[in-house]
Amino acid sequence: MTDEEIVLAPKQTYETATRDIGEIALTGKFRFGWVAGFAVSFLITMALFTAIGYLFLRGIGIWGVNVPIAWGLAIVNFVWWIGIGHAGTLISAILLLLKQDWRTSINRFAEAMTLFAVACAGMFPILHLGRPWLFYWLLPYPNTMYLWPQPRSPLIWDVFAVSTYLTVSLLFWYVGLVPDCAALRDRAKNRAQQIIYGVLALGWRGSTEHWARYEMAYLLLAGLATPLVVSVHTVVSFDFSIAILPGWHTTIFPPYFVAGAIYSGFAMVLSLMIPLRRYYHLYDFVTSRHLQAMAKVMLATGLIVAYGYAMETFMSWYSANTFEEFMMKNRMTGPYWPFYWSLIACNIVIPQSLWSARVRNNPVTLWFVAMVVNVGMWLERFVIVITSLHRDFLPSSWDMYWPTFWDWTTFTGTIGFFLACLFLFVRGLPIISIFEVRELVHERIRPPVGSAHD
Amino acid sequence: MTDPEIYGIMVEFETAEELIHAARAAMAAGYTRVETYTPMPVHGLAEIIGVHRTPVARIVFTGGLLGCIGGYALQYYMTVISYAHNVGGRPVHSWPAYIPVTFETTVLCAALSAVFGMLALNRLPMPYHPAFNVPAFKRATQDRFFLCIRAKDPQFDISGTRSFLQKQGGLEVANVEA
Repeated sequence: MTDEEIVLAPKQTYETATRDIGEIALTGKFRFGWVAGFAVSFLITMALFTAIGYLFLRGIGIWGVNVPIAWGLAIVNFVWWIGIGHAGTLISAILLLLKQDWRTSINRFAEAMTLFAVACAGMFPILHLGRPWLFYWLLPYPNTMYLWPQPRSPLIWDVFAVSTYLTVSLLFWYVGLVPDCAALRDRAKNRAQQIIYGVLALGWRGSTEHWARYEMAYLLLAGLATPLVVSVHTVVSFDFSIAILPGWHTTIFPPYFVAGAIYSGFAMVLSLMIPLRRYYHLYDFVTSRHLQAMAKVMLATGLIVAYGYAMETFMSWYSANTFEEFMMKNRMTGPYWPFYWSLIACNIVIPQSLWSARVRNNPVTLWFVAMVVNVGMWLERFVIVITSLHRDFLPSSWDMYWPTFWDWTTFTGTIGFFLACLFLFVRGLPIISIFEVRELVHERIRPPVGSAHD
Repeated sequence: MTDPEIYGIMVEFETAEELIHAARAAMAAGYTRVETYTPMPVHGLAEIIGVHRTPVARIVFTGGLLGCIGGYALQYYMTVISYAHNVGGRPVHSWPAYIPVTFETTVLCAALSAVFGMLALNRLPMPYHPAFNVPAFKRATQDRFFLCIRAKDPQFDISGTRSFLQKQGGLEVANVEA
């Protein structure tokens, strides 16, 4: 086995894996880096709450939205965040079904990332409602107004898709955590830890009968999450493509949105995992094999996204539709041209460096490329939402959109909220699935005779 | 049912292979109430101790089916029965538009039944279980493998079973207090 194929350092055993991963959560010490990072992200979260509070007070007039650009940064951020979440489900569900052993040390963290990203995403459409406190009108329930939400509208599909996605991601994550919480309960250093992890572990004791049902349920959850993750971003893309607006009304949107979601999600996993691995010395568990594999998935999905851009441009010419043609010209040379061309640079040009093994093998360059893709995917959503809306059919209704201070505060605030949640998660729960690492250990040490039983 | 004070007798192993070996021996010796505990799923063990099928898949299928029917019925009721509303002359029962929500409710109900079905079949959450009375059992969630023969087993006999388990090459044999 060469260095690049190793998914777990050979010196790890059942005991050391449990200790190394468990200790990050169980230790009584707080390191400076963690405290400082949490403090900063917590402050940014407070800025988010301030922005939301002011929004509740004054209404969405504090944002830069207008008519025709009624969907400002709120929708840009919504699509960006929900896309980021998709990598978590892809890693934990699809790679489980494909029996990829490199998923094991990154799935837990990626699932947590999904959960927090979807929580951030979910805020935006609600805040954008105008009267956010009436958000429950989106749900079908018998009411005195004798009204129902409209199930023929993609916006209602969104409500169901996003809430289902959040629920299923939470279940998947928690089910994976149960045996690991039991391990932490049994290693607890004090009464409080014992009670907290004990409650979370639900009395798990590793009975073989339990494992049989557990594995079946986990496998089925993975099988359910796989079409779900594809459906969620497809529904998000329907929000656009079902409208008749030039630049939105295309059939390529669902596959290209799903690829873009996976692209940005893997970029986010890499941008978080590389520093985390360094800070907690997780080199035994997150090896260069993992980084390589994620870089390759990023490269592949990035090329699908590039194909999507090429097709959009081609179709705007091939359709011979004046408005489509104008939309594309306006994207490339109109007032928002710097956004379009930086998006091409970030999402297509710079990531091509991943073809080089030297770039993929160096965590610093890989981290840099991942950050560029994060920015690029945000720009993509900005270009799709803003440039299509700001100059549609009638020149008399054209306008410009510029985000205000409150737009930016809300967006930055969700990044702070996301990071604050991740800091708490990293400190309080096992960031790597311990029982699945034990399975890797078992596969390695198992004598050939035993393997005949499978 | 010799001693009501005892849940069973438990033996500890260092490797999964030793546990598999002992589980085979116990079943061959005629014991039927054999329980094993491992820190991760060990494939093949369930079949050895006589756990062959789990109804989880059927529960999930039923849940998904109910979610599917329920989701579609909800939309049908909303748009055809309760508040039939003509949108641009399209049919009131415009079923293609109902598919996305139907799909989501199917997945949601199937996933919920997978998790809660699995927990219910496992009788979890269970705050107390006699197995935890054995001090060494702490390591069942970490790095050790345990086999327990229940006192309920018709063949159970406190000294006979104990000496049988001692012969299995494990580390320590302990009585599990009920």
